[in-house]
Amino acid sequence: MKLFRYFPVAVDSIAANKMRASLTMLGIIIGVAAVLTILGVGRGASANILDEVASQGTTRLTISPSTESEGEGAGAPVQTLTMGDVRALSDAAFHPDIVEVVPQYGGSIQLVAGSNNKQTRVTGTTADYAEVHRLEMAEGRFLTEDEIAQMSNVIVIGTAVATDLFERTQVVGESVRIDGEPFTVVGVLKESGNAGFGSNDDSGFIPIGAAHGRIFNVPRYRGEYIVTSVSANAVSEERVEAAERQIEQTLRLRHGLGADDDNDFTISTQASLLDTIGTVTNTLTLLLSSIAAISLVVGGIGIMNIMLVSVTERTKEIGLRKALGAHTSDVLLQFLIESLVLTLLGGLIGIAISYGLALLVQRIPNFPIDLLIGVDALVLAVGVSASCGLIFGLYPALRATRLDPIEALRYE
Amino acid sequence: MADSSALVDMHDISKVYQMGETKVHALNGVTLSIEEGEYVAIVGTSGSGKSTLMNIIGLLDSPTEGVFAIRGQRASGLTGRQMADLRNMEIGFVFQQFNLLARTPAWRQVELPLFYANVARSASRKRALEALAQVGLAERADHRPDELSGGQQQRVAIARALVNRPSLLLADEPTGALDTRTGEEVMALFEKLHEEGLTLVIITHDQEIAERAHRVITMRDGVIVSDSDAATTTASGFRNGLSGAAPAPLPRPVAIEQDKEKMYEAV
Repeated sequence: MKLFRYFPVAVDSIAANKMRASLTMLGIIIGVAAVLTILGVGRGASANILDEVASQGTTRLTISPSTESEGEGAGAPVQTLTMGDVRALSDAAFHPDIVEVVPQYGGSIQLVAGSNNKQTRVTGTTADYAEVHRLEMAEGRFLTEDEIAQMSNVIVIGTAVATDLFERTQVVGESVRIDGEPFTVVGVLKESGNAGFGSNDDSGFIPIGAAHGRIFNVPRYRGEYIVTSVSANAVSEERVEAAERQIEQTLRLRHGLGADDDNDFTISTQASLLDTIGTVTNTLTLLLSSIAAISLVVGGIGIMNIMLVSVTERTKEIGLRKALGAHTSDVLLQFLIESLVLTLLGGLIGIAISYGLALLVQRIPNFPIDLLIGVDALVLAVGVSASCGLIFGLYPALRATRLDPIEALRYE
Repeated sequence: MADSSALVDMHDISKVYQMGETKVHALNGVTLSIEEGEYVAIVGTSGSGKSTLMNIIGLLDSPTEGVFAIRGQRASGLTGRQMADLRNMEIGFVFQQFNLLARTPAWRQVELPLFYANVARSASRKRALEALAQVGLAERADHRPDELSGGQQQRVAIARALVNRPSLLLADEPTGALDTRTGEEVMALFEKLHEEGLTLVIITHDQEIAERAHRVITMRDGVIVSDSDAATTTASGFRNGLSGAAPAPLPRPVAIEQDKEKMYEAV
């Protein structure tokens, strides 16, 4: 194909002006590297978060009371999610797709051990919490059914709490005081490794009965203690939606909501959480990439500028080529392909740089984010830099074709 | 046309340039025909119209009025593309300033017309080297212009003009940028090529160069004032209908064709 014959011509011409060519390409190199790196960081970050969310189970549903107050001047909203709801949801006959229902009542409170104390989020819950939230133990065990039933004064703490209170993590059997009451440490949670999303390093867990009855001054609704949230596990990932419907039905019925009333609770699933996170990271990545893309456009204008200079500088060459029999299309293609080669070369170098960064990041131990560069991003980078070359090269190339050969030959 | 066997045939050619308000008559009714195998010098001072004449013969410019034909093909009916193809195949240009591409080896310069003639790369390299051998620069094929002397550069330009085996070589002040001795070498090369059958048209203001030609056409103020070829005489003579004095074809065309074949086979 004749088109390919222009590539050696373009390469020759670029090689003849190496310094200028590399400065020109710099804009495209930086633009492509910036876009790819930012896309990679965005993707790496979102993959990290999604991994963490997924590691906590994709079958989990979380029910929380609505925080909206009803109507004008309704005052503080009445909290209607109670232990009664938890018992009702635990009835497998009506909720075949739900396997575990775990109430939680949490608050921030001071833990004391000897002369040390620490403000910690303490959650009253049941034995199934560890299963639903995939908790792993470093020391001892989680709360047992017996301890829940007897509202024993036992506590499971995170590693940060253990080290702050005892300066070590082997603390099973030690005693912690909450509001003057002694609690025996029965387990220490495994360190989650980062302070990020879903870490339990800085928390404590006690039997729900103890939290309700003794530690927190918990209000009741229709005679039942309220809870701050309820976690449930669906039987499988496919049945999460069915489980959600079953929960909704039971709670609407129990809360006496009419057909026109909105839910006074919200059910969030891991899937909906993933969706939200995905949307947020995508928006951020798009925003940052758009900013980086501006540098690509600037690079493209640099190409146009240099190609215009090049056309003027090579006026005589263009005249000569026309005298030797070059068609208008020959001249057009020559300059167009020259700018295409410039931008493609710049694009490839930009890709190499962002890949180098990605490899570098992988070698840094404990670096929080991986740089993930996908094939689609590569195609995008190559496509964008090539179209930059074609778009910004078109005007200078057209200028070249419009030169009158006689004038061009006479040009000094 | 008056004589369709002529290589170049011009009839009552005028060229008018619009320079702001005023019109400049660069050519004013020029009639001229050049046969295959001729060795013609067009002389005149600057502004005499000789460059415009060359541009029209070389299909770089088109006349405002009159009929111009090359190899019997009327230029006025040609598209830009066809004109480019004719320049490529039929005409070789040699310029005063050589007009070589910077930083490009000699053989790549010579290859250029073949590139536009769509000759495959392997064949075009071979033909470029042959053309360089023809001008005595076989050894310098890989040298770039800045590694060549002025005379050698002009010979590269001549090889480039020859490589597509044109019928006509147009040289615009080919020795203008050379010293006397190298100028002499270049002229000797031209004359050797002419001996081998090439039609040669040299535009010059140097009377010595002009006198070497077999036919000298002198121009002034856009008209031909003298033509050493008595048969064609002046433009006005032709216009007055002296058809008895119409250009007598040189007796060589067939022989030239054969010579030409031989010439290329030899290299």
